[in-house]
Amino acid sequence: MIEYNRFVLDNGLTVLVHEDQATPMAVVNVLYDVGARDEQEDKTGFAHLFEHLMFGGSVHIPDYDEPLQRAGGDNNAYTTNDLTNYYCQLPAQNIETAFWLESDRMLSLAFSEKSLAVQRKVVCEEFKEHYLNKPYGDVWHKMRELAYTVHPYRWMTIGKELSHVENAHINDVKAFFFNHYRPVNAILVVAGNVKTEAVKQLAAKWFGPIPMGEKYIRNLPQEPKQNEARKLIIEAAVPVDAFVKTWHMDARLEKGYYAADLLTEILGGGGSSRLYQAIVKEKKLFSNLDCYHFGSMDGGLISIEGKLVKGVTMEQADSAITEELDKIKETLVAENELQKVINKTESVIAFEDMSVMSRASSLAMYELLGDASLMNTELNKYQEVTPNDLHHYANDIFREGNSNTLYYYAKQ
Amino acid sequence: MTLNRTITPLITDAVSFNLQLKKCETYNLDNGVPVYSMNAGAQEVLMIEWVFYAGNWYEQKNIVAATTNFMLKNGTHKKTAFDINEYFEFYGAYLNRTCYNETATITLHCLSKHIHELLPVVAEILTESIFPEEELNIYRVNQKQRLEVNLKKCDFIANRLIDEYVYGIHHPYGKYTSTLDYDQLNKEELIAFYEKFYKEGNCTIFTAGQIPADLSTALNKWFGHLPFQKKDITPIQYIQQPATEKKYHIINDPAGVQAAIRIARPFPNKHHPDFQKVQILNNIFGGFFGSRLMSNIREEKGYTYGIHSYIQNHIHDTAWLISTEAGKEVCAPTIEEVYKEMQILCNEPIEEDELSLVRNYMIGSVLGELDGPFQLIARWKNYVLNEMDETYFYKSVELIKTTSAEELQELAKKYLTPESFYELTVI
Repeated sequence: MIEYNRFVLDNGLTVLVHEDQATPMAVVNVLYDVGARDEQEDKTGFAHLFEHLMFGGSVHIPDYDEPLQRAGGDNNAYTTNDLTNYYCQLPAQNIETAFWLESDRMLSLAFSEKSLAVQRKVVCEEFKEHYLNKPYGDVWHKMRELAYTVHPYRWMTIGKELSHVENAHINDVKAFFFNHYRPVNAILVVAGNVKTEAVKQLAAKWFGPIPMGEKYIRNLPQEPKQNEARKLIIEAAVPVDAFVKTWHMDARLEKGYYAADLLTEILGGGGSSRLYQAIVKEKKLFSNLDCYHFGSMDGGLISIEGKLVKGVTMEQADSAITEELDKIKETLVAENELQKVINKTESVIAFEDMSVMSRASSLAMYELLGDASLMNTELNKYQEVTPNDLHHYANDIFREGNSNTLYYYAKQ
Repeated sequence: MTLNRTITPLITDAVSFNLQLKKCETYNLDNGVPVYSMNAGAQEVLMIEWVFYAGNWYEQKNIVAATTNFMLKNGTHKKTAFDINEYFEFYGAYLNRTCYNETATITLHCLSKHIHELLPVVAEILTESIFPEEELNIYRVNQKQRLEVNLKKCDFIANRLIDEYVYGIHHPYGKYTSTLDYDQLNKEELIAFYEKFYKEGNCTIFTAGQIPADLSTALNKWFGHLPFQKKDITPIQYIQQPATEKKYHIINDPAGVQAAIRIARPFPNKHHPDFQKVQILNNIFGGFFGSRLMSNIREEKGYTYGIHSYIQNHIHDTAWLISTEAGKEVCAPTIEEVYKEMQILCNEPIEEDELSLVRNYMIGSVLGELDGPFQLIARWKNYVLNEMDETYFYKSVELIKTTSAEELQELAKKYLTPESFYELTVI
C-alpha cells in the first residue's frame, strides 16, 4: 500500500506527497500532460526536443543542472508518446533547491536561441545513434505507420524524420510551452524524507504564483477498429531476416488492458512462455522472440517480433506464430498458467516499488490516468482476470483482420 | 512580498554529511562458504547471489566460461530447461546468471515468502546440471546470429577493439568472441569447467532485502554441505600485451552516419593510491552530466548525444576510457576537444567553485546509493571481491571532501597525457 496526500493549488497544479522517512533522499517529480501524440504531423519529435530545451535555462536561472548538482542532486527526464516526465533526487535537506528550479522553468523558459540550436543537433545525433545507425533501427517507424492510420501514435517520440527536428523554430518552442507547460496541465509529486505540511508551504511559495494557463483539451482522432490485415515487406542491409507483427489492443484504462498484459506474459514473458518454448526451443524457427505491448494510454499495440534462424522462411515463421495464437484462442488457459503470470505481476510490482523514484513516477502516472489511488488497486485488477476473460480477449485481439505484419528481409 | 527567484535557496553542503555505511552481517556455512547479508528495505523482496570464481579468467578456450554460466539453467538430471524456467517463473522469481572476467554468478530475485521453495532448485542446478547437446546446439545457432547483428554496430566493434589494444587479445579483458568459437564449443569442456569451477568451486553468497529469520539455516541445509572451497584456486597471472600502434580508424559500415570513438589508456587497479582521487578527477573530466566533456562537446557544440569517461570496473589492472558516438562529420573535432580538455586539466588548477560542486554532487550520489538493500549489498560485494573493507568507503568519502585542486592537477599531468592513450574511431 503506497500512502500519499493530495492537494490542488489555486492555479490548478495537482500535488501529491508520499512520505518515506527511511530514506535520506527526496524526489521531486513533475509530469506534464503532453507527449508525442499531441504533436502536429508536420512537426513531429517536438515534445521530446522540448524536453531537452527544459534544461537550457529558465527565466531567472541560466542553468538548471549546476545548482542541483551543487545541492548534491541528480536528475533526468523522459518523453513518451503519452507524457513528459521530469524527476530529480537530492538530499532531503536541500529539497527547496528542487522547488526553486522546477517552478522557475514552469514559470517560463529563457527561450534561448543558442540552446535551441545546440539541442537540435544533440537530438539529431540521438536520432542517428538509436534509429539510423543501428541495424533494424527503422522497424518501429515503419510499423507505427502501418498499424496507425489516423492516431498520432503513427510516429515515434524521436520524430518522423530528422528534418522536423532540424526545422524547429523558436516560435514553435514558445507556443508549445504556453500551451502545455502550465500548472493546470502538470502533476507534481514530492516523495521521500519529506513532510506534507512542509511540502504544502513550499509548493504554495514556489509554484503558487505561476499563472494557471489554459487546460489543454486533448481531442485526438481515435484509431478505427481494424478489420483488414495489413502487410509491409521491406529489404535492408541487415544480417538476418526479422519478423514483426502487431495487433491493436485496449487503452490503458479499459478492462481488456489487463487481459492483454497477461496474454503477452503467457505468450512471451520468460523462458517458460509459450512462444519461446514452442518456436525458439522446439521448432527452432527464431533465434530470439519477444511478445510485449506498449502500455499506451490510448488504444495500444501488442507486438510479436523476432529474428529468423537462417534457412527459415517468413511464411514458416508466420504460420508457426499463428498456430500458437490459435491454441490460446481455442483452449482455455489453465488456472495454473494464469496463476504463474499473476504471481509474476505481483513480483514485478513489489520490485518496482522498492525505489522512491519509481514510486513517485508511478503516482504521477496514475494521477494522470485520473486517480493516483489506482496504483494500489492494480494487482487486484490482474487477480480478477479469469481464463474466460483471456479467451475472450485473445479472440478479440488476435484476429487476422486486426493484424499488421512486417517482413524485414536481409538484403542478399 | 514578491518572491525573488534570482536568489538561490540556502543549501546544506553535502560534504558536511556524516555518511555511514550500514554494516553487513557475515557468517559461514558448514563447508566454509562465506555469506554476506544485508537485512534492509520496506518491500518483502529478497536477492541472493552465488558468486563463483568461474569467469573467463579461468577458461582454457574462448567462451567456455560464459557458455557454462549461460547453460546452468538449461537442464539437470531431473529437470529440463523448460521445467526450470517454469518453476522459478511460477513463483514470480527471476533466476539470472552473468559471467564476468574473474567471477560468474547466479542471482535470484524473489518475494521473500517463496524462498524456501526456490533454494532446493538452485542447489540442484549447482550439483546436477547436464548441459544437453540439444540445448548447446540451439544456443550456438542463436548466439551466432546475435553476434552477426552486433557486428554491424559501430559501438559494439569499438568496445571490443579498444580492449584488445589496451590488454592484448590473449588477456581475459582483451579477448572477444568470433562465430568460430561457437562452432568449436563442446559439451565435455563445459562439463569439465562446471565440475571444477562450480560443483567443486569457490563460492561466496550475498543476500539482501527482507531476510527471513531462518534463511541462514536454509542456506546451510541446501548449500552448506556441497563440496565447495575444497581446493585453493591457483592464481593465474596474465600479462597485458598492449598494441604498439596507438591510433586506429576502422570503416565497418561505409554507409554509417556516426562514428564510435574510444580513447583509452591503461590504469592501475583499485588498490593503487591514486585510484580514489582519480575518481574525482574523472568526474570533472567526463564522469557526469555536468562534466567538462559533456558541457563542451554536447551542451556547447552539439556534436553528440552523450560523452562519458570512466575507469573500467576490473579487479586487476584496468583502463581509463573516454567513449562517445558522434556524427561522422564532427568526429575529428570531437577527438580534438577531448585532448584539449585533458590539456586544460593539466595546465590549470580546477577552480574552487567547480571543485566544490563536484564534491557535493559526488557525496549526494553516494548518499543516494546507500539507499536500499540491493544497492548496499552491491557496494559490499565490490569491496569483498576486491579484498577491501569499509575503510575503503570512509577513505573514499574523506578524499572526495579533501583532495585539493593541486593534487588533481598533478594527477592530470601524470595520467592525462595524450601519448599514453589509444585512439579508435569506428564508422
